[in-house]
Amino acid sequence: MNERPAVSGEPILRTKSLSKRFGGLVAVSDISLDLHVGEVHVVIGPNGAGKTTLTNLLSGDLLPTSGQVMFGGRDIAGCSSDQISRLGIGRSYQKTNIFLPFTVFENARLAAQSRTPHALKVFSRAADFAEINQRAEAALEAAGLTQRAGRVAATLSHGEQRQLEIAMCLATQPRVLLLDEPLAGMGPHESQRMVELIKSLTADHAIMLIEHDMDAVFALAHRLTVMVNGEVLESGTPAAVRSSPAVQLAYLGGEELLHD
Amino acid sequence: MNSRLTRFLPYLVVGLLALFPLVESTFYLQLLTKVLIMAIFAMSLDLLVGYTGLVSFGHAAYFGLAGYALALMTPGYEAVSLWWSLPAAIAICALFALITGMLVLRTRGIYFIMVTMAFAQMLYFVFHDTKLGGGSDGAYIYAKPSMKLGDVELVNLEKPAQFYWLVLFLMAATYALLQRILGSSFGRALLGIKVNEHRMRALGFPVFRYQLASFTLAGSLAGISGYLAAMQYGFVNPEILSWHQSGAVLMMVILGGMGTLYGAVIGSFAFIMLQEVLSNQAWFGAWAKHWQLAMGILIMLVALYLPQGLAGLFARFRSKPMPESADE
Repeated sequence: MNERPAVSGEPILRTKSLSKRFGGLVAVSDISLDLHVGEVHVVIGPNGAGKTTLTNLLSGDLLPTSGQVMFGGRDIAGCSSDQISRLGIGRSYQKTNIFLPFTVFENARLAAQSRTPHALKVFSRAADFAEINQRAEAALEAAGLTQRAGRVAATLSHGEQRQLEIAMCLATQPRVLLLDEPLAGMGPHESQRMVELIKSLTADHAIMLIEHDMDAVFALAHRLTVMVNGEVLESGTPAAVRSSPAVQLAYLGGEELLHD
Repeated sequence: MNSRLTRFLPYLVVGLLALFPLVESTFYLQLLTKVLIMAIFAMSLDLLVGYTGLVSFGHAAYFGLAGYALALMTPGYEAVSLWWSLPAAIAICALFALITGMLVLRTRGIYFIMVTMAFAQMLYFVFHDTKLGGGSDGAYIYAKPSMKLGDVELVNLEKPAQFYWLVLFLMAATYALLQRILGSSFGRALLGIKVNEHRMRALGFPVFRYQLASFTLAGSLAGISGYLAAMQYGFVNPEILSWHQSGAVLMMVILGGMGTLYGAVIGSFAFIMLQEVLSNQAWFGAWAKHWQLAMGILIMLVALYLPQGLAGLFARFRSKPMPESADE
């Protein structure tokens, strides 16, 4: 459990009163939160709380109805997802979103290729860019997939596909990582590996993590935000959030989580 | 097939094809010329359908536009120089593809099919209903383009064999160019867009720009085939722009196998040969008139039993999955 105080200083990414409306439904309402390099900011909440919508707003998959996303001194709300990715904000998806017919290596290589100005060289063989290949290999190694590099992605186990999802994200060398339920559907052993991986990434990245697995949440979180019905119910250090009566009532479900 | 043979095979095929005029100089030479011209057309469409994931149903627009460009650039009974008229025809197609691409690429799936067809039909009616290219009667190209260096005639395109060699050269060059491009970072990105456009965007690829580049390149290459086809027949009419033509080239790509490039070549060969055979009155009598019926049934059978087209038959002998893992 992390009880060290939150990193002080300027946040790398900050949302101000971010909202998203779908017709009459307010999916995300007036969310203000900060992400700092060196910190894991975990967002929890019941299904339909708006966690994935929030991720989509930060990654550019959805345009916010109102509010700001401040990154690097400017408001990036309204930027397209490819622009946001190139700014250095990478995301992984709740539902595995990879290139199934390609090899594991090619998945990572494509991700690494997106960072290079050589990408438009149309007459040089893609496999000849050593720098891109190295970045892809490094990302696969970080995610523990080196042994699987030659396999077709569709033949990987579910857990390995989740790891590849993270590897692709890492190959784009982001400073901010938005991880949407990376542990979903994983067994205990695989989950443990993923938690270790996220821990190892914390020092160099600002991480927003959406997760249901409470063991993982409390193993990783420096800050914890609880969302309910698109709104922030409580936000702060894990200890503070745990002891909040509103959270206990609405979400954590009482005694057992308080004293584990 | 082992990889050395696969690498060597294209050279062998082109080499053998180059010898064909020594054996046969009339009907079958012209037929084979037509096959090779359509092969360029089919490969250019395969770039969109098989490698970028864009099913265009209006690819005849670029084919026909280049044909009309040649007809309009040819001054009466005199020959126009190929050195500038071919690049000019390609440039016109590239420009038209760039402009239409910017509009049609805002749509996806069935809408993309419809909008590409609509643009081709617009062009069809421009040439059909105005005097620009002779209206519905079309226009003749009385003299084939010349290839001179100074005063020396390098190639005489009025001679079927020499025209055939030019077509074969351009077909091989198109294949080599596309093969090269598809193996590059750019080509890999196109395949990524075909497989998972959304993820490519999330990885930071400006998908629209890649698609537009691919669309423009495909239109330009279709222009080469349209220019050559107009030259071969010495005649253009609005039918070369029609959706039948767009449909025929799409069938060639499907018949041969999408996303393999050489499949497009096999497909155009198979399509044109089938057309010749099925419309042969000596063999099929009154049914020959209805060759499209039999062709339709054959295409359905291919779609059902050979979803990877004729190229899929070859691929079965290869151990590696294709073409994504071609090297690594």
